[in-house]
Amino acid sequence: MNDMAQLIEPLIPALRRYARALMRDRSAADDLVQDGLERAIGRWHQRRADGNARSWLFAIVHNLALNRIRQSSRRGRHLPPEDADAVGSVPPAQEHGLQHRDLLRALESLPEEQRSVVLLVSVEDLSYVEVAEVLKIPIGTVMSRLSRGRERLRQAMEGVAKAEPVGASHLRRVK
Amino acid sequence: MSTRPVTEEDLHGLVDLALDASRQVEVESYLALHPEVAARVADYRSQRAALREALAPVAQEPLPPELGIGRLIAARHHPALAGWRVAAAALLMLGLGGAGGWGLHGLTTSDAQAHTQGIAALSQQATDSYATYVADRQRPVELRADSRAELVAWASDRLGRPVALPDLSASGYRLMGGRVVPTPQGPAAMFMFDDDRGTRLVLLTRGMAMDRDTPMAHRAQGPVGAFTWASEGNGYSLVGALPAAALHPLADAVRRQMGRV
Repeated sequence: MNDMAQLIEPLIPALRRYARALMRDRSAADDLVQDGLERAIGRWHQRRADGNARSWLFAIVHNLALNRIRQSSRRGRHLPPEDADAVGSVPPAQEHGLQHRDLLRALESLPEEQRSVVLLVSVEDLSYVEVAEVLKIPIGTVMSRLSRGRERLRQAMEGVAKAEPVGASHLRRVK
Repeated sequence: MSTRPVTEEDLHGLVDLALDASRQVEVESYLALHPEVAARVADYRSQRAALREALAPVAQEPLPPELGIGRLIAARHHPALAGWRVAAAALLMLGLGGAGGWGLHGLTTSDAQAHTQGIAALSQQATDSYATYVADRQRPVELRADSRAELVAWASDRLGRPVALPDLSASGYRLMGGRVVPTPQGPAAMFMFDDDRGTRLVLLTRGMAMDRDTPMAHRAQGPVGAFTWASEGNGYSLVGALPAAALHPLADAVRRQMGRV
């Protein structure tokens, strides 16, 4: 049991951060993480002993988040744009504060599938292979979502009003 | 030079430090010839850094009691218990009660544990690595500085988090190389540096389950001193046969650089 606590505990802050970035609301995100942790504790014995605890926990939290997001969008519930600020409800470091807010807004405008990949890779430092495990998708799909997500975010931040469609040729290779 | 075409995947691999050393060199030389692509990569890099910075405060917020692991485990095993009884049961089950009462931050720390796992243990482990590897004239490091990208990738993989190499050249110390070393808390990365006089330093870094954010502390064992600290769950200990006044600014330089990762 202490094994489990020792493996899970250091990951909780990162799981909260990921959930907050997806849910955009502090209490909804913390509820989600709590649910996720309860599941993880309950199913600890089902986990592959040689498996990666981090991917496993992120997968649990990710799937819960996805269900909730889908449920609330089916109910037609709209989150006001101000909620973007809830993501960094501790005001992010001073002079970058405004840029951060813009960036987090732009992040929200991404399709969920791209947002997850961008967050897991850029912020949570999961390897591409781990992201593929978490999302149960092939690694090629991880790469194309990452590529499209980052490019879209870049164009949004550049203020490119009509973001050019990112063509497949542009995606595949640059040489 | 390889003729393998540079792909979009390579660009992201570069941004995410996921390329092996030789590929990294190839991609970088490609970028040197293609400033537009290089500009896009630079944008991705700053985007990555900005996202991390924007979301970092969330992971630093104190955990609400509902997310305390001891409490969750106790609630699972004793669903009938509620409220303070759960918190109290958690303390008992983890055997971590004691003078601090049952306040939640008492859950994960006890002096005995801190001694065997926390910052004091890290300092001792770094000093042990120093004693073993600095004295080794045959093979002080497993991977030498010319394989630094491979070293970083190896360490990051084994530690399960990105490990960065500090640059101490401004203080006259060059990277010699490094290796992964065992600790009771899991793999740690050991990096060794030396200066023109052959003075060697060891930096040991690993994840911290406890003492996750701890100010820098000095400890000396004979002529060998160690400065040890932790930030956001990453522990560092810099060890050398130097007086505290000489080692301290080096440790500060490492901490400054690691803070930017």
